[in-house]
Amino acid sequence: MIRIAKYVLYDIVRNRFILLYTLLLLTVTLSMYSLDTDPGKSTLSLLNIILLVVPLVSIIFTTIHFFNSYEFIELLLSQPVNRKTIFFAEFLSIAFALSCAFLIGVALPMVLLNFNASTPYLIMAGLLLTFVFVALAFGASVSTRDKAKGIGVALLFWFYFTLIYDGFVLYVIYSFSDYPLEKVTLLLVSLNPIDLARIIILLKLDLSALMGYTGAFYKHFFGSSMGIAYSFSFLILWTVVPLMLAMRRFTRKDI
Amino acid sequence: MQSSMIAISDLSKRFGRLEVLKSIQVDFSAGKSYAMIGPNGSGKTTLIKCILGMVIADKGEIRVDGKSIANDWTYRNRIGYMPQIGRYPDQMKIGQIFDMIRDLRQDQAHLDEDLIKEFKLDRMKDKRMGTLSGGTRQKVSASLAFLFDPPILILDEPTAGLDPIAVETLKEKILSVKSKEKTFLISSHIMSDLDELSSHLVYLEEGKMLFNDTIDSLKEETGESKLGRAVASIMRRNLKEMEA
Repeated sequence: MIRIAKYVLYDIVRNRFILLYTLLLLTVTLSMYSLDTDPGKSTLSLLNIILLVVPLVSIIFTTIHFFNSYEFIELLLSQPVNRKTIFFAEFLSIAFALSCAFLIGVALPMVLLNFNASTPYLIMAGLLLTFVFVALAFGASVSTRDKAKGIGVALLFWFYFTLIYDGFVLYVIYSFSDYPLEKVTLLLVSLNPIDLARIIILLKLDLSALMGYTGAFYKHFFGSSMGIAYSFSFLILWTVVPLMLAMRRFTRKDI
Repeated sequence: MQSSMIAISDLSKRFGRLEVLKSIQVDFSAGKSYAMIGPNGSGKTTLIKCILGMVIADKGEIRVDGKSIANDWTYRNRIGYMPQIGRYPDQMKIGQIFDMIRDLRQDQAHLDEDLIKEFKLDRMKDKRMGTLSGGTRQKVSASLAFLFDPPILILDEPTAGLDPIAVETLKEKILSVKSKEKTFLISSHIMSDLDELSSHLVYLEEGKMLFNDTIDSLKEETGESKLGRAVASIMRRNLKEMEA
């Protein structure tokens, strides 16, 4: 697996996109901290950008990379190599490369410029989001043969989790506002990895007061170590389940 | 009966509505050379890809050297495969491709680098795959197939796209390796090549196996001395039977 991952990583590093992504994240992070004197506000603005950019870049880059390495996969499959090995080597290399970009572009300047209690959570959430969207991208890639279609499905995932799903949640909360909805919204939030990451960080930034009664409920829940464990394990589930489904599909796919 | 190297029983595959392979039943014996022919789209490449595990069959079983290939991948150690259209990562260099495959098949002790030398690929190590002509890619594919001296060689239209000199080089290589008790499966549309290279003939049409016998007995049966004519007369006979 390491042997194959080595070649995949070599290929990823060669095309320089990861370098650009690292620089983009680095620029955004540094400019956020230099624009505002209040580091708390900077972290909040940064959070909003991360929650949009990290999933988008992860899912699109992974999908494009998968389709571009089709020849590579084809070549390996005629050799004595296990399909699962190829699949996990691809996943690990891409997730590793994107995580490195995030660590250098966001985590490193944050730790150096403004380290506080919320920083480790933000870093963890960013890394897990990367994993989740790489896994989702694999799901989109293996279920279609066509590159344009694959990228379309990947974009749809991103739109769904950043825009459409939130609209749906708002609609539910608005229409059923006469009922106690805390537990329901908690469940709804768990079904969207981006929301999950957002709430973990918001609570850690002590901005839950902005979210009213629901915020207080969340604080009570997520503030406890049980809540943190709950949300992180949900993010891990969001990685493992799509990845396993994609792998099953890949091992049965006709190349 | 000879030991069968590749045994295929009741193999079926459909792509959507299209039934590509219909209950294929065939044994490829060890040490024999099989020519696989049939019109375009008759399922030759799909059958080959099934043997390699690149296409997963819907029904039936393939055994290589007695062991089922389902959920196995180690058997590919014993196969050298030259695809019809070799597709390689564009940005990799010729040398890197060879190094990588060698790296993946580390356990193979004996390397056969004759073709690399004869095709002069060792002098183009730094050329990227994306810049190569179709013929040069075919040379890379052929060299890769023979590199590990495998007991089974599957060549999918090996001579298509090669220049006359390269065709002769490859044919000589096949003939010299053939004497070493290897199992060959060669698909081609060039009958004169197959006449030289193989002893048995497998004929596929619309996903069905219509003929499987030695080339000599085919010639005898049809009264023709050339494989091309013999096959043509078989195809004509099949056409008539279908119309009737």
